[in-house]
Amino acid sequence: MNTPTLPPLLAANPRLDQWVRFPSPGRVAVSTGRVEIGQGVLTAMLQIAAEELDVAPERVLLQTGDTDLTPNEGYTAGSQSIQFGGVALRMVCAEVRALFLDHAAASCGYSRADLAVHDGAITHRGEPTAHDYWSLAAAVDLTRHATGQPPTKSVRDYTVVGRSAPRTDLPAKVFGGPAFIHDMVLDGIVHARVVRQPRRGATIARVDEAALRRAANGPVEIVRYGNFLAILGAEETVVEAVAAVAPNHVSWDGVDPINPFQEEARWLLQQPSIDRTIGPTPPSEPIPGTTRHEATYTRMHIAHASVAPSCGLAVFRHGKLQVWTHSQGVYPLRDALARTLKLNPAAISVKHVQGPGCYGHNGADDAATDAAVIAFHQPGKPIRVRWRREEEFAFEPVSPAMVVTAQAVVDDAGRLADWTTEIWSGRHTSRPGGGGNLLAAEALSDPPPHPPAVEGGYPPGAGTRNGEPLYDFPAKRIVHHLIAETPVRTSSLRGLGATANVFAIESMMDELAERAGQDPVAYRLSVLSDARARSVVEHVARISGWQAGLPSGTGRGRGVAFARYKNMAAYAAVVADVAVDENVRLLRVWCAADAGLVINPDGAINQLEGGIIHGASWALKEGVRLDTAGISSRDWETYPVLRFSEVPEVTVELVDPMADRPCLGVGEASGGPTVAAIGNAVAHALGARLRDLPLTRERVMAALLRA
Amino acid sequence: MEPISLIVNGSTATVTADGDTPLLDILRNHLGLVGTKFGCGQEQCGCCMVLVDGRPEKSCGKALSTVAGKAITTIEGLGTPERPHPLQQAFLDEQAGQCGYCLSGILISAKALLDHNPAPSRSQIAEALDDNICRCGSHVRILRAVERAAAQLREGGVR
Repeated sequence: MNTPTLPPLLAANPRLDQWVRFPSPGRVAVSTGRVEIGQGVLTAMLQIAAEELDVAPERVLLQTGDTDLTPNEGYTAGSQSIQFGGVALRMVCAEVRALFLDHAAASCGYSRADLAVHDGAITHRGEPTAHDYWSLAAAVDLTRHATGQPPTKSVRDYTVVGRSAPRTDLPAKVFGGPAFIHDMVLDGIVHARVVRQPRRGATIARVDEAALRRAANGPVEIVRYGNFLAILGAEETVVEAVAAVAPNHVSWDGVDPINPFQEEARWLLQQPSIDRTIGPTPPSEPIPGTTRHEATYTRMHIAHASVAPSCGLAVFRHGKLQVWTHSQGVYPLRDALARTLKLNPAAISVKHVQGPGCYGHNGADDAATDAAVIAFHQPGKPIRVRWRREEEFAFEPVSPAMVVTAQAVVDDAGRLADWTTEIWSGRHTSRPGGGGNLLAAEALSDPPPHPPAVEGGYPPGAGTRNGEPLYDFPAKRIVHHLIAETPVRTSSLRGLGATANVFAIESMMDELAERAGQDPVAYRLSVLSDARARSVVEHVARISGWQAGLPSGTGRGRGVAFARYKNMAAYAAVVADVAVDENVRLLRVWCAADAGLVINPDGAINQLEGGIIHGASWALKEGVRLDTAGISSRDWETYPVLRFSEVPEVTVELVDPMADRPCLGVGEASGGPTVAAIGNAVAHALGARLRDLPLTRERVMAALLRA
Repeated sequence: MEPISLIVNGSTATVTADGDTPLLDILRNHLGLVGTKFGCGQEQCGCCMVLVDGRPEKSCGKALSTVAGKAITTIEGLGTPERPHPLQQAFLDEQAGQCGYCLSGILISAKALLDHNPAPSRSQIAEALDDNICRCGSHVRILRAVERAAAQLREGGVR
């Protein structure tokens, strides 16, 4: 008998009862290591479990992101929750159902083939039996390991998966219930704010405690562990007021000014880098009958800029540390806290509580660590740290600036001969799982070593993500320059390198189409043999009423772009309409996406829509500003984002969402193509191309002057 | 500190706090009404929007002393799961939200709009919500939900 290879998540968490239990009559407890970050994953997981166990969704109690209760699934990131976590959960639920049916058949003398489950009750030839999951639960051993053997349900039998389900978390948010970690209340809570170390390695020179106390309109406590300085108090307003003025009353040594010109991405070109080439060596001789086209595209540092700053809570009691966080990874954070505080991981519980949408590695892990460090030193006191708005902007890790050069070799008809994407970028991954890169840990007296800059494997790549076009170039390669030292802390943000890489590739594809005298959609289809890729391009052209030959330079423009996220997740093609005078006005966006089998169609569409608006905000508005002290864009005036009156009409359609195909992650699929489609639309409107993001008024004016 | 009274969601609430305390802090930490959210503390994002005598105001920048005796409406005063305000029902019907952190402020801004303009255009709705930041990109659904609620209210909603 062949033993199927278990998916890695299941191999790492093999006990069935790590995923599914029957705690009380009529209820099923389902655990997922994935956490809700606004993407609707809990609703989709609930649908998967209800479908595969054949129980009504209302019976499912979902446990999520809790080191005491749920499987270790690492981080909820990379559009992988459904594609990997959901698939693991589906296999477990299928196996649990099969075990109960096996047991019923063996103990009651039924033929196994005649048994089925209907809302948790076991039926025989469609008729009720005396048995259900709950009556048999004591007799079926779920401590055993998954085998992955029992078949999962056929897509054509689905009644829950594939149908849009309302988000289970939305009512609490619409009625003002305590939905977020910020809303948690613990008895005897102590509010805390941290006076942040301005730079890694900086040391406190002087703390004017008297001035801090004068700013307090009530009792506060000032605590210091190494270079970690915090203000504590029972009244949040009092603590907040002291924190607001604290930087004026604390002086630091070892704070070197940074060069603010580093806010423009091109400074990367002069930096030392760790270099590597992915793909074949470049041709040594020019290819006869071809021309080489090259253009350089840039993107500034981008902030996650969650709508609210990060928050963390912790209490240390009887040698046990309990932490509440909106981190994307409770297990990696637990391990990082264990290293920081020199505790056994078993002495730490980390529980996920929802926060504002994070879109990647923002301040969440740091805020939780702040709370944990204070709590560890103040046993018995429940500590709540809520970052200040400017703290989040100034200290969250941002997405690194990037320079991307697209080099295409084509013949006069635009036929493809060779392609190179050359990428300069800081690190896109510096999550704290390894124990480093936590602000509070770095401020303690014995800081962990600074983790080295790494890029990771390709695919999926980080800075290299989507660096390889899906088009039919006979030879294509990525040349990657990883810049280890950046002026500000950088890490993962929705899409990682894909956003800038897709912008560069898809801009260049339009430039090649123009040189070949071809329509951008027709040109792409002429050099794209992947059938699923072709179908999303054709689909978006159809729903947008794409027309070839519309004149350029009229002030109105239309652009198209396509990518398959990571070249291994969902396919998405986007068309954007813009009007450009001095500013870019986004009028309408269409998107067609192929995400394989879709669990919750409305949820997937919601994510794609969100990616489009997010991408539009990146394309038109977002860029982190620097001054000599670091990040200077510390509010919504200096870090503008897309507002309601700037949002276009958006249409999203899924291609074959109920086809029996593997699920493909969708959460990051639409951002890159949206940025590129807007870039192409602006070039069409202006008759001149902007290659630096964001596409601001200043850049539009400069392009008009050049043209 | 003298006790200060205000009317929150129709009931009188008396709090003893410094008059400079932001209304947001009073609502969340003194009255336990956590539906109103902290977003920036700088009156830039709209997460903390409440109605003060019917006008939309950012509660993070409103000192307690300036709202003494005034009528405050928070998200908790809009409706309940059993008896939702048409706006709340419309947001659920349209699945208008992702992380949802911005929603209570947006619902309040929308209520303020519909209270004085029962038939707003799409661009009037967008303009009324421009003080509210949504980062997940739920804007299109939110605009649709407000239109839906407006139509519902015009057709004889009770509020």
